[in-house]
Amino acid sequence: MTTPLKKKLDNRAALPLVAPFVIVYAALFLYPTLQMLAMSLTDGQLILPGEWVGLSNYLKLFRDWRFGNSVANTAYFVALTVVPGTLLGLGFAMLVVRLKGFWQAVVLAVFFLPYILPVTTVTSIWTWFVYGPGQLVLPDRVLGRPPFVLPIAATITVWWTVGFNVLLFMAGLKNIPTELYEAARLDGAGRWMQFRAITWPLIWPVTALVLTIQLIMQIKVFDQVYLLVQGGRVDASMVLVQYIYTLAFQRNQGGYAATVAVALFVIVAAVSVLQFQLLRARK
Amino acid sequence: MIRRLNFAGLVLALLTVVAAVAWAFPLVWAILTTVAPEADGTPLDGLAVYANALFGTPIGLWYLNSLVTSGTVTLVVIAISAAAGYAISQLEFWGRKALWYLILASFMIPVQALIVNHFLLMNSWKLINSWAGVILPQLIAPIAVIVYKQFFDSVPKELSEAARVDGASHARLLWSIYLPVNWGVTAALAIIVFIGAWNAFLWPFLVVTKEPLMNVTVAIGQVEQYLGVGGLAAALLAGLPVALVYLVFQKKVTEAIMLSSGIKG
Repeated sequence: MTTPLKKKLDNRAALPLVAPFVIVYAALFLYPTLQMLAMSLTDGQLILPGEWVGLSNYLKLFRDWRFGNSVANTAYFVALTVVPGTLLGLGFAMLVVRLKGFWQAVVLAVFFLPYILPVTTVTSIWTWFVYGPGQLVLPDRVLGRPPFVLPIAATITVWWTVGFNVLLFMAGLKNIPTELYEAARLDGAGRWMQFRAITWPLIWPVTALVLTIQLIMQIKVFDQVYLLVQGGRVDASMVLVQYIYTLAFQRNQGGYAATVAVALFVIVAAVSVLQFQLLRARK
Repeated sequence: MIRRLNFAGLVLALLTVVAAVAWAFPLVWAILTTVAPEADGTPLDGLAVYANALFGTPIGLWYLNSLVTSGTVTLVVIAISAAAGYAISQLEFWGRKALWYLILASFMIPVQALIVNHFLLMNSWKLINSWAGVILPQLIAPIAVIVYKQFFDSVPKELSEAARVDGASHARLLWSIYLPVNWGVTAALAIIVFIGAWNAFLWPFLVVTKEPLMNVTVAIGQVEQYLGVGGLAAALLAGLPVALVYLVFQKKVTEAIMLSSGIKG
């Protein structure tokens, strides 16, 4: 029951509790977001504000081959990471849940530990591992063949992040009642039948969750791709966030960089909504 | 029948071993390369490689930068999120609904889209190349408020009512009832926020250009070039603290991952 008196008291009590959060949010989230929208309508440089140019930056997106290229590269990277990472995550989780106690902890740690490591550590390990001592970025013979850069980045990413998927799938697998498998076995169902009839349909909500999280995470890729080719020929493997970075901090086109950032925001938001609808329809 | 089952079990066990060995291989290889290194076929002293990485570089300073910025991000995020989560969960106040929906919606906004404007903001506050510049944009963590609100919602009312009658303030209730009851949640959130801040790359890389002020995860790229195998050792050292946090608090880390992806543990 909310009486007017209680409401008044609550207002006074709530103010000091929410104020720090609201101030941080307003200053570091709302304000930059609105400023990004405003900036995308100007031809400003990074620091120097420019003239208002209406929607011309947005029209430019459609004529800019570098933008189209970075969207295509990001989509390619997403295709190379999301489904393989999700399926491997499910496979590994099914292997790990069969184990018990100490060995389960050990094998889970093997799959999960890479996820905890910083991205620079991960890319250093891999470039040394594959291309030899002192090799920090991909060697020229690979960079000279652009089609290889993103698959390499994707392989590293799957190795790095699969542990996260394994964790979510393990939680889901533990929620499937064991009686279902026992009943199926009594009916003579083999392992593959059990997987098709019980595991796959019952784990689907988790699969959908993992796919969504992975999709949104990989659209925002920057670190690995940047670190692998830094200083090299970046155009061929440029992804979206990297394009924002390049426009703003290397070409000093703040206004247009903000426009590409808005595009990224729209893509991520659209994918979130679309996925949410798909998941609901499926249930 | 029994024979067939055992055979299948054997295949699965074998598969587990193969997958685990394959996954562990790059990391184990990297560790072995640094503790028993070779240069042109002659073995080097692994201890010397690590000593050189630790004392021949400013890695101590970079560790300090990482520790201070990640620690501050963690403390501030926990403090402001717990307070806001408590208010949204327990109090009726003006704008409560709007605030809640704003937090939920902000979940969809990629912070990567804000790098340009965060940079401008930090520039206008003269915070480029400073700890504060690294810290501030990382304070946006809607998930912490969402998790706190959900857990505070399920704290039994009887616990707080008695204290309320005795005239305890809301800050008092939060501090001596709601937080202690959910101590495990705070620990899980703190660990995951800390690991996230320690591992952050894009923002710390943008806002700091002076080597002595860099976080360790950004800075190791600078030393690898002239340290030879020591560079790989430095890269491993950069990941060591978070790896240790995981190995020590395995259960909590797992719990935190579940919490932050919407699965209540």
